[in-house]
Amino acid sequence: MYTQALNAPQSDERHLEDADKSARFEARVANEQRIEPNDWMPAAYRKTLTRQISQHAHSEIVGMLPEGNWITRAPTLRRKAALLAKVQDECGHGLYLYAAAETLGSSREELVDQLLGGKAKYSSIFNYPTLTWADIGAIGWLVDGAAIMNQIPLCRCSYGPYARAMIRVCKEESFHQRQGYEIMVTLSRGTDEQKAMAQDALNRWWWPCLMMFGPPDQQSQHGNQSTRWKIKRFSNDELRQKFVDATVPQARYLGLTMPDPELRFNDATQHWDFGAIDWQEFADVLAGFGPCNRDRMAARRKAHDDGAWVREAAQAYADKERARRAADNAVAA
Amino acid sequence: MSEPNSQLWEVFIRSRNGLAHKHAGSLHAADSTLALQAARDVYTRRGEGLSIWVVPSNAITASDPAEAGMMFEPAQSKIYRHPTFYDVPDEVGHM
Ligand SMILES: [Fe+2]
Ligand SMILES: [Fe+2]
Repeated sequence: MYTQALNAPQSDERHLEDADKSARFEARVANEQRIEPNDWMPAAYRKTLTRQISQHAHSEIVGMLPEGNWITRAPTLRRKAALLAKVQDECGHGLYLYAAAETLGSSREELVDQLLGGKAKYSSIFNYPTLTWADIGAIGWLVDGAAIMNQIPLCRCSYGPYARAMIRVCKEESFHQRQGYEIMVTLSRGTDEQKAMAQDALNRWWWPCLMMFGPPDQQSQHGNQSTRWKIKRFSNDELRQKFVDATVPQARYLGLTMPDPELRFNDATQHWDFGAIDWQEFADVLAGFGPCNRDRMAARRKAHDDGAWVREAAQAYADKERARRAADNAVAA
Repeated sequence: MSEPNSQLWEVFIRSRNGLAHKHAGSLHAADSTLALQAARDVYTRRGEGLSIWVVPSNAITASDPAEAGMMFEPAQSKIYRHPTFYDVPDEVGHM
């Protein structure tokens, strides 16, 4: 059940790490059993998941902004309808994920406040601008492609509600990547100018996409514990390598050049070796100094504030109806 | 600055091929009309359903997973409730 109401804190028991319960929990996770909202879980597991799932939700929501920028300027009705549907899906993903996070005991209002208050993070990738229409192609192909790499193993995450949300999300993501790649195919078969536009978008999005998988394994703060708890099934570097291996041939097909002079196929490992990632850039963007961090947060706050009257009106109407029904029942009784 | 928490609803959807409504997820809405509309938008964007139920989450009474052992024990020991418990001679064929 996705029910937060069932999750009323059982006194302070939740924080007392009972060795017995803890051992049973670890055994269940080791046996590939799913942990469900009302099951006992270590406070650190709850905290880790709340952070991860809510950050994931925030990313889906903020992720609507860079693409939303192009809805009104899509080149054809077909592209416009597809982009609109994709952005709606991302909103849906955000909602599934907030619901999954809520089962751990935080309300959605709290989680949204953390985002708007600048306390919660979201994926660094959405702090880059969408300068041309080709960026919409590059985002679908690369950003959604990277997201799929990340999300497929999460379908087997030990926490039931998160795993179930991910199954739904993954089913929807494949259209996102395909529509993006289709845009790239069209542009790269187009005029010289269109091809240059596609190449420019690839140049700008490639490295930030590699950063989406998070810091290298030796520096990752959350890696080990999450792997032990079966929240994470592959390390950041493993997923990044899978993404590179899958994407390089797709870029070749487009006739585009990866912006990495060190990229070459390694016959010994059967993987593509790639150049060094600028981790300072990643740290800067996460710390709030990416090209669009301020814009993104300002847009989210404005949307939240502008929507306040709608939420208030809906609640006032619901309260009035409830009072009316109660009065009717009192008369009838 | 936090707003009061709005009502949480559980969403059940009956799909084209399935007979029973199945739990699809949950959402927030001020009342049941808005909950139904939101459920349609959030959970049936690809024609997943022919019917939707929404139920206030706090109206659900759930069994306690910690008591699952005791709760379901009576069914554990009754293997004679399963068809494979009974021997039917091979000559009789499929039954
Ligand atoms: Fe998504
Ligand atoms: Fe997507």
